[in-house]
Amino acid sequence: MAKSHKYGPETLAIHAGAKPDPVTGSRNMPIHQTTSYVFENVDHAADLFNLQDFGFLYSRLTNPTVAALEERVAALENGRAAVCCASGHAAQFLTFFTLLSPGDHFVASRNLYGGSLTQFGVSFKRLGWECTFVDPTNPNNFKEAIKDNSKALFIEPLANPGGIVLDLEAIAAIAKNAGIPLIADNTMATPFLCQPIEWGADLVTHSTTKFLSGHGTSMGGALVESGNFDWTQGGKFPTMTEPDDAYHGLTFYETFGDFGFTMKARTVGLRDFGPAMSPTNAFYTITGIETLPLRMERHIANAQKVAEFLDDHPAVAWVSYAGLKESPYHDLAQKYLPKGPGSVFTFGVKGGFEAGVKVVESVNLFSHLANIGDTRSLIIHPASTTHRQLTEEQQITAGAGPDVIRLSIGLETIDDLLRDLDQALR
Amino acid sequence: MTTKPTFDYDNAFIRKILEETKNIAMVGASAKWVRPSNFAMKYLLGKGYRVIPVNPGSAGTEILGQMTYASLADIPGSIDMVDIFQASEKVGPIVDEAIRLKDEKGIKFVWMQLGVINEDAAEKAEQAGLTVVMDRCPKIEYGRLFSELSWAGVNTGVISSKRPTVRR
Repeated sequence: MAKSHKYGPETLAIHAGAKPDPVTGSRNMPIHQTTSYVFENVDHAADLFNLQDFGFLYSRLTNPTVAALEERVAALENGRAAVCCASGHAAQFLTFFTLLSPGDHFVASRNLYGGSLTQFGVSFKRLGWECTFVDPTNPNNFKEAIKDNSKALFIEPLANPGGIVLDLEAIAAIAKNAGIPLIADNTMATPFLCQPIEWGADLVTHSTTKFLSGHGTSMGGALVESGNFDWTQGGKFPTMTEPDDAYHGLTFYETFGDFGFTMKARTVGLRDFGPAMSPTNAFYTITGIETLPLRMERHIANAQKVAEFLDDHPAVAWVSYAGLKESPYHDLAQKYLPKGPGSVFTFGVKGGFEAGVKVVESVNLFSHLANIGDTRSLIIHPASTTHRQLTEEQQITAGAGPDVIRLSIGLETIDDLLRDLDQALR
Repeated sequence: MTTKPTFDYDNAFIRKILEETKNIAMVGASAKWVRPSNFAMKYLLGKGYRVIPVNPGSAGTEILGQMTYASLADIPGSIDMVDIFQASEKVGPIVDEAIRLKDEKGIKFVWMQLGVINEDAAEKAEQAGLTVVMDRCPKIEYGRLFSELSWAGVNTGVISSKRPTVRR
C-alpha cells in the first residue's frame, strides 16, 4: 500500500485546513462571523445535536474559520484532531476536564508558565483535581510521583521562562508504562521546532496567542490529540469509555475512536463551559501561522545571537539558553530542537533585583510586557509579574527568581536588539 | 498499554472504495440510537448509500426504516461492501460467508470498523479477491475525504487548491 504523501511544515502552515470555499471560491479562509447556522430541517438539526452528523450548529462548539485553524494546528503537530478555544489556559482546562473526575491526580513539571502553576496547584484543587509538581530534569521523578489515581503527566518540553529542555522521549516512556497519557504544552517550541507526538506525547496543548498567532494580536488556545492513545486501559478513563450522561449515554471512544478525546473536549467541555475561540481571532491566527516557519527561523537566529552577546557581556551574571554550548540542556536541545531551542530565555544581571529592574526600565526597543512569541522583542521581570503569585521558593524552582529577566526575542534587526540591550546594561 | 497497529491507507484507495460502493451490508447494526453502528448507518443512509442491517437479534424488524436480516445470505439483491461492527475475534465466520457469497452477491469490499482487526480473516479475504480495510469507519472516512470531517477539527490529510464539491 502506497503511503499518503507527507507534506512539509511550510506547506501545511499555508494550506492545511483551508481549501477554497466550495460555494464562493474564496481562496482565503473567510471570517465566518456568525453565532449560528440554519438547519436543513428538523431531522438535520436533531442529527447535529445528537452528534450523528458532522456540521455547524452553534459557534460555541464549531465555526468554519475556527475549524480551519483546528485542522491546521492538528496537521502541523502531526496529530489526529484538534479543538481550539479562547486561550491556552482554556485548552488546559478542557484537557483536564475531559480526562479527570474529582479525586483524580496528575503529575506536572514544576517548570511551567507561572499561570499554569497557579491554575494546576490552586484553582484545579477546588475542582477536586490534585496535582503533584516534580523537578522535570530527572524523568524518574515523574515515575515516583505516579499514584493509583494518577491520570496524566504534564510538561512543557521547552520550558517557560526558558532555557530548560526536558527528555521528552524518556518521560513519554514513563507515561506509557503507567498506561496514562503524556500531555506536552508546545507553546514555547511550536511544531516547527519540535513535534512532541513524534516523541511519544499523546496530547499537545498550545497557547496560540504566542508564536502560532505570532503578532501579538489574538488570544487563543488549542488541544491536539495524537490518536495513538488507547483509552480502554482497564477502565482507567471512564470519561472516555463509559456512557456519557451529557449525551444520552453516548460512549465517546467507541463512537469517535482516535478523535474521541477532542470530540468530547468540544461537545461537552466547550458546550458546557463555553470558552470558545472567536472567529476573528481564528482568522488572525490562521494568517499568522502561514509564516510560522519563516518567523521561527528568524526568532531562533536572533535568539542565538542575543544569548551569545549577553553571555560575553561584563554586566551579565549568567544566561540560560539551551543554544549555548555550556548549557546543561545543550545536548537535549540538539536532540529535540535541532533547528534551535526557541527564542524565549532568561538571564541574570550582576547586582540582582535592583539591576534587573533598571534594565527592564531602560530598554527602548524591547517592550516591557507580559507576553511571548510576538514579532516584537519583549522583556519582563517574571518575579514581579508572570510568576508573582508564587512563593519565592516556587519562583526559584520555576526558574523565575528575583534576579531573573526573561526575553522573548523578536524579528527586528539583530544589531538594533544588541545595541538596545547594551545601552540598558550600562 | 496495548499498541494499536496502524494501517496507512492511501486517500485515493479509500476514496475509490467509497465511490464504487452503493449497497452496504452492516453486520452488527444496532437498533439502539446511541450505538456507533446506528450513528454510522444513519449517516451513510443520508449520503445516499443503501445500508442493509444484519443482526440475528433484530431480524425481521426495521432499523432506521431498513429491513434487518439474520445473515448476509438472507439479503435480497447485491452487496458491494460488508461493513463489520463485531469484536475482532468474531470476524472470521462473517468473512468466510462473504467469501462464499462473493460472486452471487457481487461483494467487492470487506470493511472492519474502528478497533476491529483480524489479520487472518483479512488475508483469506484478500486471497479470495476481496479488498479489505481494517480499523476504520466508512462514516469517518467519508467525512474526512469529502470535506466534512474538518468541521470537527480532524486532520483530514487532504491538501488542495481546487474548489471542493461537498457531496450531500
